[in-house]
Amino acid sequence: MTTIISSKDVHLSYGNFEALHGISMDFKQNELTALLGPSGCGKSTFLRCINRMNDDIANVKITGEIKFENQDIYSPKTDLVWLRKEVGMVFQQPTPFPFSVYNNIAYGLKLAGIKDKALIDQRVEESLKQAAIWREVKDDLNKNAQSFSGGQQQRICIARALAVHPKVVLLDEPTSALDPISSSEIEETLLNLKHEFTFIMVTHNLQQASRISDMTAFFMNGDLIEYGTTSDMFMKPQKQITSDYLNGRFG
Amino acid sequence: MDNKEDLKKVVDQALAEQKVPHVKLKKIGAQKADVDKLTQPSKETRQEYWGKGLTYSAILLIIILVASIIGFIAVHGLATFTQNHVNVWHFLSSTDWDPGEGKNHVGALAMIVTSFAVTLLAAIVATPFAISVALFMTEYSSKKGSRFLQSVIELLVGIPSVVYGFLGLSIIVPFIRSVFGGTGFGILSATLVLFVMVLPTITSLTVDALKAVPNHYRQASAALGATHWQTIYKVVLRVATPRILTAVIFGMARAFGEALAVQMVIGNAVLMPYNLVSPAATLTSQLTSQMGNTVMGTLPNNALWSLALLLLIMALFFNFLVRLIGRKGQK
Ligand SMILES: Nc1ncnc2c1ncn2[C@@H]1O[C@H](COP(=O)(O)OP(=O)(O)O)[C@@H](O)[C@H]1O
Ligand SMILES: [Mg+2]
Repeated sequence: MTTIISSKDVHLSYGNFEALHGISMDFKQNELTALLGPSGCGKSTFLRCINRMNDDIANVKITGEIKFENQDIYSPKTDLVWLRKEVGMVFQQPTPFPFSVYNNIAYGLKLAGIKDKALIDQRVEESLKQAAIWREVKDDLNKNAQSFSGGQQQRICIARALAVHPKVVLLDEPTSALDPISSSEIEETLLNLKHEFTFIMVTHNLQQASRISDMTAFFMNGDLIEYGTTSDMFMKPQKQITSDYLNGRFG
Repeated sequence: MDNKEDLKKVVDQALAEQKVPHVKLKKIGAQKADVDKLTQPSKETRQEYWGKGLTYSAILLIIILVASIIGFIAVHGLATFTQNHVNVWHFLSSTDWDPGEGKNHVGALAMIVTSFAVTLLAAIVATPFAISVALFMTEYSSKKGSRFLQSVIELLVGIPSVVYGFLGLSIIVPFIRSVFGGTGFGILSATLVLFVMVLPTITSLTVDALKAVPNHYRQASAALGATHWQTIYKVVLRVATPRILTAVIFGMARAFGEALAVQMVIGNAVLMPYNLVSPAATLTSQLTSQMGNTVMGTLPNNALWSLALLLLIMALFFNFLVRLIGRKGQK
């Protein structure tokens, strides 16, 4: 399988505090990679490097290299709008805009300059189906997206991210604000979509990682400790500390 | 009785360790805990009664005060129609204002139109500026810059209206006179003075409105590839619209009710305004300029109270609008 994203020696500092101490790792196309580690270890920070969401934070300094399809995303030539269309993001809290479901999904499409109503309609339906929420909202497309349940809102957000046809979707603890049933529905959705998209998902939930990810990376204190296939990581981790964490001995 | 014994034990224990902070140990004797005392209202409970009593009586007083103000204005304002037999419709639709001449010369339309004209014009001019300044403060400027602007705005709010009127009289009126001819007094001068006066009101409320837009909307929008400006006009402004409208209405309420500054620059001639640079009068400016010239209980005096009643009704109407928008915004 081809590598779609590759990071080399990524350091990131918030002011004087270095949150990432040189992260190098490759992500394969159409795989789901889970980023694990105790909270505060830099998982979200690293995830936000991949679509350059850290750019907007004051006093952030990033060195090293991240390539998306062999293009350096931090090069001055890179168009941020293009990058974020290719690399979408879903946040921990469901964040639909207080607009209708339809306008939420169409938001990214309109930003991308798509004006053809029929095309937008089609993409809205397609992405809501992909996110497994079409059945529940198809009669309420004009209803405020925030009037749905948390799990439904999160799937609307996934649909919103998918609508612009990204190649990679970053997910930052997408189920940690949800109840177990909604969580497992989202897990199933991601499993079904794995063949069309590349997912990079931060999670606190070890079971979730073991259930749905192909690759697992273990972070601690701003370092990538170990990275491998999920079965290797959970069955025969190379490092004691990885094994301790994955067996729930700390966290 | 067993219960009481248990309670006594616990209390004694606590007293020994002095863990019960509100029990004055000296008064009741540290060793002999008086369980009966604990079951009576404590000092704190009595304070609570006192506090509640004070608050409620203050509220009651305020309610009586407000009710009598409204009652007083209503009684006098309605006397024009009940005692002096002025036709309400005539009052609202005639432009003939000369109450000294009798009940057929009490028409407030010219002042109503002028009041609305200066209010709307000031709001229309001020709102784009207010939104721009507020956007700059919340979305673009550094923290330091926005704190500086915040204090400038607070200063502008704090300047008394007579100073604004004086400035208008000394700068704006002569300027209008030299550009458009005439006296320089009129709706245009009043609009410009009110523009400066409502700008800080609308701006600071709009800043609050923009700050209330959750940051995760901005992040979600950016993550979908929106530029900062696209995020602002497609998400931030849209989400903040109800509260921005509220800000504008507060500004309009201030403009509608402003008397002194307007009186100083508008010319105070009760005429239907046929252009923006001829002398006119608003409801408020007529009140301030005439209230010293009438005798309580006469028609000219009652007619002024009717203007006051109109102002009161408009104030209620503005409040009602704000509430209406607030309720719609919540949905
Ligand atoms: N905007 C920020 N400014 C300063 N420090 C930050 C910021 N965001 C995160 N950090 C710090 O960087 C470290 C990594 O945070 P984060 O990436 O959010 O961890 P994780 O997602 O693994 O819980 C933490 O110590 C956190 O306090
Ligand atoms: Mg995190």
